[in-house]
Amino acid sequence: MRMELRLAGEGGQGLITAGIILAEAGAKYTDLNVVQTQSYGPESRGGASRADVIISSDEIDYPQVKNPDVLVVMAQEASDKYLQSVKNGGTVIVDTTYVKPVPEAESQRLKVIEFPISAKARELGREIAANIVALGLLVETTGIVPKDAAVAAVLDRVPKGTEELNKQAFAAGVEAAKAL
Amino acid sequence: MAKNQARLLQGNEAVVEGAIAAGLRFFAGYPITPSTEIAEHCAAKLPVAGGKFIQMEDEIASMAAICGASLAGLKSMTATSGPGFSLKQENLGFAVKGEIPCVVVNVQRVGPSTGMPTSTAQGDVMQARWGSHGDHEIVALCPASVKEAFTLTVEAFNIAEEYRTPVVLLLDETIGHLREKVILPSKEELVVKDREKPNVPPEQYKPFAMDQGRIPGVPPLAAYGEGFKFHVTGLTHGEDGFPTGNPAIAEKQLRRLNEKISSNKKALCKVEKFFLEDAEVVIFAYGATARSARKAVRDARAVGIKAGMLRPITIWPFVEDALLEVKAGRPKAVIVPEMNLGQLVLPVKSVMGDSVPVIPINKLAGQLITPEEILSAMKEAV
Amino acid sequence: MALPIDKYLRVAKMPHIWCPGCGHGIVTQAIVRAIHELELDTEKTVVVSGIGCSARAPGYLHFDTLHTTHGRAIAFATGIKMAKPELNVIVITGDGDAAAIGGNHLIHAARRNLDLTVICFNNNIYGMTSGQYSPLTPQGSYATTSPYGMLEKPFDLCNLVIGAGGTFAARSTTYHARQLTNLIKEAIAYKGFAFVDALSQCPTYFGRRNKLRTPLEMMNWFKDRSVPVSSWEKLSPEEREGKFAIGVLTKAQATELTEVYKQLIEQLQQRGGE
Repeated sequence: MRMELRLAGEGGQGLITAGIILAEAGAKYTDLNVVQTQSYGPESRGGASRADVIISSDEIDYPQVKNPDVLVVMAQEASDKYLQSVKNGGTVIVDTTYVKPVPEAESQRLKVIEFPISAKARELGREIAANIVALGLLVETTGIVPKDAAVAAVLDRVPKGTEELNKQAFAAGVEAAKAL
Repeated sequence: MAKNQARLLQGNEAVVEGAIAAGLRFFAGYPITPSTEIAEHCAAKLPVAGGKFIQMEDEIASMAAICGASLAGLKSMTATSGPGFSLKQENLGFAVKGEIPCVVVNVQRVGPSTGMPTSTAQGDVMQARWGSHGDHEIVALCPASVKEAFTLTVEAFNIAEEYRTPVVLLLDETIGHLREKVILPSKEELVVKDREKPNVPPEQYKPFAMDQGRIPGVPPLAAYGEGFKFHVTGLTHGEDGFPTGNPAIAEKQLRRLNEKISSNKKALCKVEKFFLEDAEVVIFAYGATARSARKAVRDARAVGIKAGMLRPITIWPFVEDALLEVKAGRPKAVIVPEMNLGQLVLPVKSVMGDSVPVIPINKLAGQLITPEEILSAMKEAV
Repeated sequence: MALPIDKYLRVAKMPHIWCPGCGHGIVTQAIVRAIHELELDTEKTVVVSGIGCSARAPGYLHFDTLHTTHGRAIAFATGIKMAKPELNVIVITGDGDAAAIGGNHLIHAARRNLDLTVICFNNNIYGMTSGQYSPLTPQGSYATTSPYGMLEKPFDLCNLVIGAGGTFAARSTTYHARQLTNLIKEAIAYKGFAFVDALSQCPTYFGRRNKLRTPLEMMNWFKDRSVPVSSWEKLSPEEREGKFAIGVLTKAQATELTEVYKQLIEQLQQRGGE
């Protein structure tokens, strides 16, 4: 088993944090191998932002993601840039708060999950938790790591005082995935 | 939920963990991408371990400060990338000449000049070897994983201490920034070496003795403040450390300085052999490139190509002996993928001679060479 | 006070390389006298230098000594002091060493207030390379690289240090050897970054080209131009022209870096222990 995942959006949406949390969930709470990479440079201070995670039962040699199995997009630019890179039959999770519906050509070859991720986080209290809503969706959809591993990894990382919010955010993502 | 022993660690962070485990107690540095995380982690962790961190006014001062701290007895390190590595060269040479143990980390990015600061490269391999002026030897190590970033940092300190020399740890941006699941060795599993101290009274102490010390040519090193009152200079000096104009003494000292490394290649040169035994085509790859090479070797084996990889873990001194073994196996080709214009191709060719074709694969613009690119070169070669 | 020479000097390393009439021996003597009068532990005192004529002094001094690269003595010394704060760390530097190639290290050392004593053997010239102008060469003076007279304005090094946040700066000359000794004593005893601008004559490369052929002429030149700091305050800008103040120019209380760092370590380790 080897799954390549990409989370892409704009700087400030917390997608690199979400990528690290997913990777930590895999590293600390499963027997799987994990690597995580991300975009660096001026783009991580606003503009495009990207986190890649590979989770595999085998040793991970080449550490970069070229054609992800799963893509999460939370900004239009990210969608435009990365949608085509997703493997045939792969999954794309779209934050419809900011991203237009996936074009017909792409939706035929991909499993498309559309949900207003950021709007949901706003409803829960703070849009900053949108990355964790996305993580909930991702984990429920892919089953790449156990849910309780993901929640534990979320709680390891998020600032003190935001634990409840983030737990709710994760649960909201899970619920959304179940409902779709 | 129960945690296992593993952690998700970034390469740069693993360098700091390794350094502290090896006894690092002084870090001086200057912010530069893509090595900055090393300074940041040192700033946070060193004082907790009772060590000291200082952000100096520039790269030159950082290299100088670690030399000073090492002479005062602390294991010392700095970290930088290409432009900063260029600035450090004069004082790196001072550390070579003064035989000052220290570790210099260079997380390589695309050059020359400012280049592509956040993009991966292996363009400083030759600068590590010859960046400072004058004849000298240097030890440089090159990790290919986050775990190895940890273990080789420990090794870098051990070599620096044992051989009284600066050691360059050559990461590339890929390994420096990669986060990877690792289980780090425990304290008990680690071998940590300390510099040999003089066991003679101060008036008999010769800080640059020809024939004292456990390792031939490596004199014991006192620390400032221990009563030895010794002199260290960048001028060519005799056994007592004072400048000399005597060509016979200078020649002896300069040869000792070089030979303490060059005559210990067997101990210093480490390699990884991957499916080499029956390999008809051999990849010679290091750092992040070796990860692509490893995948390419697996893929080649899956389609019936007898591929193998020789990975130099020690970049300098050069791993001639291991390459000679490869040559003895009469492979059809040696492929050398590098994220530079072929800096190690000539040294490889010099070992292979005319009998084995040496095929370079080169990329310059911050893109990791892919397993597919290496595989197709292998297919062409066999 | 008689000096026990063998205790402080590596007499076997004599004769020194300095030219006849050079002022550097006087400054070196002032340092040794200051160390002697302060009764510093010679095993806990490190002398660090850069490159140039002044930089050879540590080779003659019987302490732990470090002769570093050009301009970088303060940066090496920073590592030593941070590593072992219990050591007395004295930096010997020249005017080219401290103000040109090493200027950045000088101002930052002053800013961070690390407990170093920096003594600048200021002879207004690059002596080791035979007389090029330095950032301290007076305007109009001749040097091999200012054959038509120095066009640039020189630094006032004490003002530079004070401007960078330095809290101890003093100046004297080889003519005022006793005062120089006392100022160096005060500088070493000062807990924090202390800078002493020690004017020293170079008759060979500066004097010869500037109508000050003999050491005596040069020392008289120091005498005639120097003004005690108490009188300096009363001089008008016109009266100050061509002159300089000697004495302690600034001395203030300030938090010293190794002390602060020590507190930080203690706090962090206490927190870790809880």
